[in-house]
Amino acid sequence: MATAPESVAQALPDTPSRANGGRKPFFKRMLANRRTSVAGAFLLLIVVVAVLAPLIAPHDYRDIVGKPLTSGGTLGIDDFGRDVLSRLIIGLRTSLGVAVSAVLVAGVIGVALGLVAGYVGRWVSTIIMRGIDVLLSFPPIVLAIAVVAILGPALVNVVLVIGVLYIPRFTRIVYSQVLSIRSMEYVEASKIMGTRPADILAKTILPNVSAPIIVQLSLSVSFAIQMEAGLSFLGLGAQPPLPSLGTMVGAGRDFLEVQPTLLIYPSVLIILVVLALNVFGDGMRDLLDPRHRGKNS
Amino acid sequence: MTTGTTTGTETGTTPSDTILAVERLSVDFQIAGEWTPAVKDVSFSVAKGEVVALVGESGSGKSVSSMSVLGLLGPNARRRGSIRFGGTELLGLDEEALRAIRGRRIAMIFQEPMTALNPVYTIGEQIVEAIQCHEPVPAAEARARTLELLKKVGIPEPERRMHSYPHQLSGGQRQRAMIAMAVSGSPEVIIADEPTTALDVTVQAEILELLRRLREDLGSAVVIITHDMGVVADLADRVVVMREGQVVEEAPVTRLFSDPRHEYTRKLLSAVPRQQPGEEPEADAGDAGGSTTLRVADLEVEYPGRLGRKGFKAVHGVSVTIEKGKVLGLVGESGSGKSTIGRAIVGLVRASAGSIEICGQDVTSLKPKELRGLRRKYSMVFQDPGSSLNPRLSIGDSIAAPMIVNRYADRRAVQQRVLDLLDQVELPTGWADRFPHELSGGQRQRVGIARALALDPELLIADEPTSALDVSVQATVLRLFQDLQDRLGFSCLFISHDLGVVELLSHDVAVLQHGRLVESGPARDVLRDPRTDYTRRLIAAAPVPDPVEQAERRRLWREMAG
Repeated sequence: MATAPESVAQALPDTPSRANGGRKPFFKRMLANRRTSVAGAFLLLIVVVAVLAPLIAPHDYRDIVGKPLTSGGTLGIDDFGRDVLSRLIIGLRTSLGVAVSAVLVAGVIGVALGLVAGYVGRWVSTIIMRGIDVLLSFPPIVLAIAVVAILGPALVNVVLVIGVLYIPRFTRIVYSQVLSIRSMEYVEASKIMGTRPADILAKTILPNVSAPIIVQLSLSVSFAIQMEAGLSFLGLGAQPPLPSLGTMVGAGRDFLEVQPTLLIYPSVLIILVVLALNVFGDGMRDLLDPRHRGKNS
Repeated sequence: MTTGTTTGTETGTTPSDTILAVERLSVDFQIAGEWTPAVKDVSFSVAKGEVVALVGESGSGKSVSSMSVLGLLGPNARRRGSIRFGGTELLGLDEEALRAIRGRRIAMIFQEPMTALNPVYTIGEQIVEAIQCHEPVPAAEARARTLELLKKVGIPEPERRMHSYPHQLSGGQRQRAMIAMAVSGSPEVIIADEPTTALDVTVQAEILELLRRLREDLGSAVVIITHDMGVVADLADRVVVMREGQVVEEAPVTRLFSDPRHEYTRKLLSAVPRQQPGEEPEADAGDAGGSTTLRVADLEVEYPGRLGRKGFKAVHGVSVTIEKGKVLGLVGESGSGKSTIGRAIVGLVRASAGSIEICGQDVTSLKPKELRGLRRKYSMVFQDPGSSLNPRLSIGDSIAAPMIVNRYADRRAVQQRVLDLLDQVELPTGWADRFPHELSGGQRQRVGIARALALDPELLIADEPTSALDVSVQATVLRLFQDLQDRLGFSCLFISHDLGVVELLSHDVAVLQHGRLVESGPARDVLRDPRTDYTRRLIAAAPVPDPVEQAERRRLWREMAG
């Protein structure tokens, strides 16, 4: 119960409903939540590595540095004699780049469509939401394979395909939330005071639907990493010699008995990134909501 | 009869009459690993055929006390003390034995019949099930009894209604069906938890009358839980007043109203909005030559139907005017179109015909750009303190919003104005950076009023601003509202279903029924000497917190109904 019981006895002026705690700065609150801060720190590390990949990698990912399938270097040598650590770092950059760009495409378009469909209603929402249904009715992997097969296997095509495929996730969530929020009295209050519809959508409604969007963003990035891995595994994404985590899993599979680490390292990295994204997304949702302040921290 | 330690004891019954005795009952809830007390040492008893009212505000423990009788509290509750029913101790009784008592010997009626009835079965099926659940009678007999019950609770065309689903019935009929189900086992005790709170006053009057009749016919005792002192005065024999989990006073109904002994009871009674005879809102002669702030003429509002189906006309040719500085009370039952009129004036719904003039300008014909200048002149106070403030904005930002949108002043002046407004609605100015969830309902309503006053409007539309609040909180918010109106002199359309509130605040009153204006005029004329049947029925149906006067009203109501 967030509200204080009010009774005759509580004479005016009303007594404060809670002590003045729980209003720490954002970063302090984040640090106080151990799970979120560990996941956040890991993700920060991952992003830094991905961005600076060519500078960090000990070798060029194409260079032959040793005897194939031996344990040279930090994490071993692959079947072509290339440094596995360097390829992991560049592969991470590829996968993360594709996944994040794809989700940004999906998020921006999907949220905008959901906001408009929910707020305007009538025939506009009918057109948008039926279009979304059409998108949803395609089996995602089959569609991705078809499109990439037609447009050719390029990373930008993978980004577009995953981006378009993930639009419905955002549109549907935002649409249903907007439907319930647009009839809230505080939205009507904004209308009465003369706020422009675009401002109502961006400043009043969007922040109030942001919680599920944030969760969906982190979830979608992890799904997109997996999907990119799948497409690359099938040879439709990153083209050799450029590595991605998915192509590395695919290549490692062939040497499972000789050198299992070729499969294990990229797989574990995928799992860690996906896990960290999920934990971090959950934590952010709570931290960004003023209603949760002073509770979990 | 045993009563709590803080109670003025008054023995009205002998032990042999007692059907239900609650003694030193304490209930704790486990919340986040800690036991929080909800009910502390509560004792009361109910005699055969008696109506006992448990009254109190939200959080007083009145519902928890009654729910614990039937063991309906859930696994995180802990009960101590004793609840004796007939000769049986109910506390610690196993589920099997409790089930034999629930429904059959002690029945329960809930507040919201829409959620208490199962939407996928017909009314008939549900009552038949209730009957067969307690007695293995053949289906045909159960159906015959169901028909009998529906007749008894006054559902018209019971043969047809038996096959209706809950959503096909009106709120009053659903509550009747619920009552039919409750009395299907001829229970010795009926526990009714706010049975009329969700209903209109005219329907409430009928349901209370039904409960009274059932009590006489079946001889059942009734425990009614309510926050409404009018309902208490209408139905109860004896009253138990609760506050913060404890009984503060227990007395026969006439004594409680004529001579309340506990301070809290007195406060509760004085908080009920009622016009004392002789007191009128001053008809300020000061601005007799004042202009008209709002002129609504022949307003019609039609909600469009879906896919070519016929629309629903919510307002039929309504005309009202408000002079500068005056308050017009708009009353009517749910569905009468009163909220729609308010929403049409502020532009939330479109008027399909007629005109709305605010300060001499017809808003229905203005283009959005031209409307901008006029926006400062009106604002709205909403009903639901839970949703009227943006949870993402601090209350200071919420109050500042209309000023920023309408470029009222620079940032610093806006900040200063926010503090002034907080002060005017009697909230600490230091609260500007608090968020709505940190405030109670009454405090949030004050913020809503501050936001509405931010631009110094000429016209305020207040849509049931206090109906979601406890009666004592309502009293303080109404007082504040009245003060502000006196001081700032804005005109106001005050929409309410509560005649007491309207009489207290309004200079003029307009009565609506089914989207049509039934009657309007100066408040005292309309409410003291109504000209139309509908207004008369509405007034007679509203219970007053005075058992003697209420008995007289009840007689009048029966004459009208009969």
